[in-house]
Amino acid sequence: MLQFTRTKVFLILLTCLVGILVAMPNLFSKETVASWPWYLPHKQMPLGLDLQGGAHLLLEMDQNEIKKDWLNNLRDESRKVLRDARIGFTGIGAQGSQLVVKLAKPDERDKAIKELYKVRQTIGSAVLGTGGYDVDVSEGSDPGTIIIKPTEAGMRARLSNAAAASIETINRRVNNLGTSESTIVRQGTDRILIQFPGLKDTKELKALIGETAKLTFHEVNPSMTAEEAQQTSIPAGYKIYPADKDDGGPRAYLLRETPVVQGEDLADAQPGFDSRTGEPVINFRFNQVGARKFANFTKDNVGRPFAIVLDDKVLSAPVIREPILGGSGQISGNFSVESSNRLAVQLRSGSLPTKLTIVEERTVGPSLGADSIADGKLAGTIGGIAVVILTILAYGTFGIFACVGLLVHLIMTVALMTLIGSTLTLPGIAGLVLGVAMAVDANVLIYERIREELRTGKTPVAGIDAGFQRAFVTIADSQLTTLACAIIMFWLGSGPIRGFAVTLTIGILTSIFASVTVVRMLIWFWLRAQPKGRIQTVPV
Amino acid sequence: MLMKLIPVFKGVDFFPHDLRLPFMKFKGPALAASIIAMLISLTLCMTLGLNYGVDFKGGSLVELKTKSGKADISALREKLNGLGLGNVQIQEFGTPDDVLVRLEEQPGGEAAQQEALKKVTAATDADYVQRRVEVVGPAVSSELRMTGFIAVAAGILAIVAYVWFRFEWQFALGAVVALTHDVLVTAGIFSLFRFEFDLSTVAALLTILGYSVNDTVVVSDRIRENLRKYKKMELNELLNLSINETLSRTILTGATAVAVLLSLYIFGGEVIRSFNLAMLLGVVIGTYSSIFIAAPLLGYLGVKRDWSDAAAKAMATTKSKAKA
Repeated sequence: MLQFTRTKVFLILLTCLVGILVAMPNLFSKETVASWPWYLPHKQMPLGLDLQGGAHLLLEMDQNEIKKDWLNNLRDESRKVLRDARIGFTGIGAQGSQLVVKLAKPDERDKAIKELYKVRQTIGSAVLGTGGYDVDVSEGSDPGTIIIKPTEAGMRARLSNAAAASIETINRRVNNLGTSESTIVRQGTDRILIQFPGLKDTKELKALIGETAKLTFHEVNPSMTAEEAQQTSIPAGYKIYPADKDDGGPRAYLLRETPVVQGEDLADAQPGFDSRTGEPVINFRFNQVGARKFANFTKDNVGRPFAIVLDDKVLSAPVIREPILGGSGQISGNFSVESSNRLAVQLRSGSLPTKLTIVEERTVGPSLGADSIADGKLAGTIGGIAVVILTILAYGTFGIFACVGLLVHLIMTVALMTLIGSTLTLPGIAGLVLGVAMAVDANVLIYERIREELRTGKTPVAGIDAGFQRAFVTIADSQLTTLACAIIMFWLGSGPIRGFAVTLTIGILTSIFASVTVVRMLIWFWLRAQPKGRIQTVPV
Repeated sequence: MLMKLIPVFKGVDFFPHDLRLPFMKFKGPALAASIIAMLISLTLCMTLGLNYGVDFKGGSLVELKTKSGKADISALREKLNGLGLGNVQIQEFGTPDDVLVRLEEQPGGEAAQQEALKKVTAATDADYVQRRVEVVGPAVSSELRMTGFIAVAAGILAIVAYVWFRFEWQFALGAVVALTHDVLVTAGIFSLFRFEFDLSTVAALLTILGYSVNDTVVVSDRIRENLRKYKKMELNELLNLSINETLSRTILTGATAVAVLLSLYIFGGEVIRSFNLAMLLGVVIGTYSSIFIAAPLLGYLGVKRDWSDAAAKAMATTKSKAKA
């Protein structure tokens, strides 16, 4: 039936009013909205990076590096475990993605395996209890060999931990930049997505995440230089590290691979200036563990050099003049004021567990975003006017009602998007405008149907009523198929496609209310306003 | 009351309601033409290939704006070609002071793309401001290509499942052929004219699917209704009647969509131009396909004629008997 009860009219008008109130803040600037009284809604649609400008970086962790580091750790631990248990072994070596332990006495294998169980860690799972171990320890094929192999689940857990640690570290570094509003989330198994609205220059950001900032202190081989080692052979346990800068000193150093102290033991790092030369330096302080290790090392090695290594490059190799017992020191190394600042930030925030590679970057400058908004507004207005003219031309007075319905549709769509906090993107604007064109379709279907029904000789009221009812089946069918498309777009799509899908979906949902219910109510109002029994023609 | 202030006037009937264009007469040639168009498009996509944008091909795209005056494209080209970054495409973008620079994917993995970008930045920093940067590495571009393809395929499947559920399998088959036609021919046109094919084009293709099936469903709905109404009418005649009856709606909705898209295409800015172009093409092709492919196919496939409730009940009982 065409009729509307008072309650229904009231509810529809209330819905429209709420929609207008919720959508309203989007028309004004942030400052204006902030000055509004408390009872008005203040929430605005956040603008996407393509509209307000900003950076989008997709980073990938180095899985191989994570695995290699893990195997190295496992080897050190296994060595310690076997030594503590006084089980002799001839070697522990990495073979592909596993470790092979060769025992001195093959008959000690069972005992050794039992001992090596100590290097395993259970993978905790809150729901399922323990999810097994992160490594398998098993007998090798040759007698007297044991294989230590990371499990799938163990690797997954490692990746999760590495991602969480990376996100935390990036967050700290980025916060040190003094900017907010960035979002950093994990994506897939080995990726991290950084979204940074309003960022004008990505150089600084990239520099901050591009370096792992692994700071280590190493013992320098006292009897051999890197060049000599290259010509002859590198002693066991040592490795050649290149120098960071070519400043006339040695190009490379021969250092013990296992560091004396690692970045984890660093308690603080601050940029500063050398009191004598005035050049930028970094003042650092170890925590208790680090301070003790460093004190012991420097006590034993007075008069010998040690190396300060950042990201596997030797920053400097000063000679220890006296034991450093207090646990603090100074690093100098041709820094500029900016680079010493940045390095201090990186050191303070801890090292990244692995190198991060940028696999996708999308940056939009703020001026382009503003242009896009302006273009979108202009195109939307002109498109809207075209729709209004076409509709009124085709359907007369009822066309006017349809246009009111379209306006309601637009307002409700914006209101819903504001409520759920969906981001407005450039494709989103296109979706909004397209949604209007699709909403018109509902009215076209209804009005064409009304015309048909009237042609069969029905009275105006009966014709209008039948038109709405018959057309509704078709409208529902066509909207549902479009909805299916939109949902798939959202499900599979990334970035721009998603923004578009969200707008399209909301547009479909609101079009039923706006183009069917609201327009029907307007027509009912119009019918009621006509003098009784005088409706000869329906203006459609 | 307010309602009395609204002028009362009738709209213009663009199409006479008793218009009976003989669409079904052309169903043979139309289907043949559509199949040929599909085959040509497929061949184009296979041989010439699609002009993939950065999203799908990998590489970098940098939009530059001069700090003052017009862009000197030839000078810029000379400078950037000297960087050893392979084929560098440079074109004016919208206005004379905007330039779009495209770098192909650099050999050497993900990090190499960033190195190339650094070189371009260093070479252009003095005269230009970067308005937009897009860098897509090899891993991501192949993933995006894959998900884009899956999205379109899944879109078609979901629609077909829905049409099958709501109508009969013949309607679903008609819809899937029509939708495949729309996607293929749009892709073919993109390939032929070397329009850039990127993520937003895929979004456009998905929307076209939605729009085209919208059209097909409206016609199908009318066919089903007429099947109930005219039990004895010859099928081809009935299909023709259904197309004609919904024609004014088809054209009017199409016209509003085209009006809006044209406005978006002309005034909506360079960034989403390829999206709007694909949409424009798709609306036209989608309208064509529901009239000339989906409905005529039903003429060949035939449909269930008795849609009355009694027939439905009879069907249900035979089905349950068969199960028992």
